[in-house]
Amino acid sequence: MQEFIKEQIIVRTVSKFFTPFIQLYAFYVIAHGDLGPGGGFQGGVILGASMILYVIAFGMDEGRKRVSQKISDIFVSTGVLIYAGIGLLCILAGGAYLEYAELPLGSHHLASHLGIYGIEIGVGITVAFVMITIFFETAKKERKK
Amino acid sequence: MKFIQELPVLIIVIPLIFAVIIPLVGRLNRLLPWIIASTITFFCFLISISLLITVLDTGRISYWLGGWEPPWGIEYAIDYLNAFVLVVVSFIAFIVSLYSRRSVELEINKNKISAFYCIYMLFITGLMGIVITGDIFNIYVFLEISSLAGYGLIAIGRKREALVASYNYLILGTIAATFILIGIGYIYMATGTLNIADLQERLPALFHSKMVLVALAFFTVGLSLKLALFPLHAWLPGAYTHAPSVVSCIMAATATKVGVYAMLRIIFGVFRIEFDIHFIPIANILIVVSSMAIIAGSALAIAQTNLKRMLAYSSIGQIGYIVLGAVLANQIAMTGSIIHILNHALMKGALFMVVGCIIYKTGIEDISGLRGMGKKMPFTMAVFTVAGLSMMGVPLTVGFVSKWYIAIGALNAGMGYLIPVIITGSLLAAVYVWRIIVNIYFPEELPKHELQYTDGGAEITDHKSQYSEAPWSMLGPTIALAVLCIYFGISATAPLYIAEKAAVMLLQ
Repeated sequence: MQEFIKEQIIVRTVSKFFTPFIQLYAFYVIAHGDLGPGGGFQGGVILGASMILYVIAFGMDEGRKRVSQKISDIFVSTGVLIYAGIGLLCILAGGAYLEYAELPLGSHHLASHLGIYGIEIGVGITVAFVMITIFFETAKKERKK
Repeated sequence: MKFIQELPVLIIVIPLIFAVIIPLVGRLNRLLPWIIASTITFFCFLISISLLITVLDTGRISYWLGGWEPPWGIEYAIDYLNAFVLVVVSFIAFIVSLYSRRSVELEINKNKISAFYCIYMLFITGLMGIVITGDIFNIYVFLEISSLAGYGLIAIGRKREALVASYNYLILGTIAATFILIGIGYIYMATGTLNIADLQERLPALFHSKMVLVALAFFTVGLSLKLALFPLHAWLPGAYTHAPSVVSCIMAATATKVGVYAMLRIIFGVFRIEFDIHFIPIANILIVVSSMAIIAGSALAIAQTNLKRMLAYSSIGQIGYIVLGAVLANQIAMTGSIIHILNHALMKGALFMVVGCIIYKTGIEDISGLRGMGKKMPFTMAVFTVAGLSMMGVPLTVGFVSKWYIAIGALNAGMGYLIPVIITGSLLAAVYVWRIIVNIYFPEELPKHELQYTDGGAEITDHKSQYSEAPWSMLGPTIALAVLCIYFGISATAPLYIAEKAAVMLLQ
């Protein structure tokens, strides 16, 4: 199956062409999570899906060259750390856990906005790389047979 | 003093943060994941102790997440009951992580060790989250965290059967979680709130509603499945038997206890006992079911040949005791039930640790392989004896204290006919424990062909075999639990004091 797709020039060109647009859209969804529909989870899934599309078109090895196991492991943890870290920063700034308004970023309004923005980014990173990890893991098992 | 106020959230956030740090640093050093897990669970234990002291001093603690006032925001609410359970869970988590190093190195592939500790910490986070939160939907979220981590922990070992056991648990656990979620949905539909304290106030006015009745039904079945109450216990023996020893330890000692806590909280904290009296005899139903659990769990334990499976069935019987004491709904029985959460955690933790030591040293899981083990591993077997006696409920051990309270409570409730059930359970426990103790210390001479039959091989079945004890890093925590089994059996004042306060609070 994989070999078959690899030879499909149309599939490869189109997915290569689309990948950056999908990723841009993913960032848009993540960034607008606090204002409109979407958010870290949805955006993260789209970001992960762009990578999965690339791997389907170009194969596992090519995909691992772009996102190695080590890098995806690091980013999976980083996202959660961003989330939890912002919560702890709120405590350090004198509020309750995740009370963004207390963050020292000018006005309370701006602080809440930036706080939730940081959370969405953290969620997005973790979700995207968890998607990629799950895809690689299942694909790896399939190949062993 | 700022951080003192934030302790209720830190006890959840710190293990969560370190859970994701462990796989990052696990690449640097092989020992680091274990060191981090032990240190952090120790910190959690300290925090839980300090929370317990604060609760005893000043009463209920309420922490508002993100500064949002309940019932709109999520509240972490700590009272006598959950402060007590929190101490039990974090203490067992600490002891088990101390114990885990050698056992994990033996039973889990090298490249999965940091993943193991990561999931282990997530599992602990989930359990402590269920206990600490004052928001019913939050209970569900943490339940899923701990369950998903639990499925992973069971499957992470080398045994192939573990995958099947984990899959069984996954299916049944998901059904349980779905039932609980449906229950939450109905109750939210009826009241429009998810905060437990708020629900407690609003619900009595709606007790006549069929919706609330259906919610209770879903909760009861979902929680019974989660805590493995007798007819719904099918996932538990397989899961405990095939999981790595450390995982059996932590799950047997904490996971089902937290399930029991959730049941106490929902049936007594959310629905209150008046609902039972005026609307549906849920307590009577559960009395019958838990009596069946006591008898059937202990009887099935006798029939087992695998040591871990036997302990798993004995857990089912002991869970019966906890539920029975709770649903008798009087103060003494409830006290017995709450204190049995601690007592069963101590003795079942000790027993599974002993099994872990035996497996580490000899690889035996079969009961017949234990012949003459008393000479080979004297300390381990002494711990087994102490914890086994607790399981029977012999005086001067923890098992006696809780069974005594439950029995007196049954008498006070005018249900003297439950006494034979409690005693039968103890006698059956005596049968399955004694069978092993005799095997350990007074091995009979066996005909040659039977000697060869046991899968451990000649070296193990030979009762003249030499002294060969488990390493101290495993033996120390095991002995500590056994000492506590005796200590709290002789002087149970402190846990009884807290358990009594919790019982009064639940039944008011």
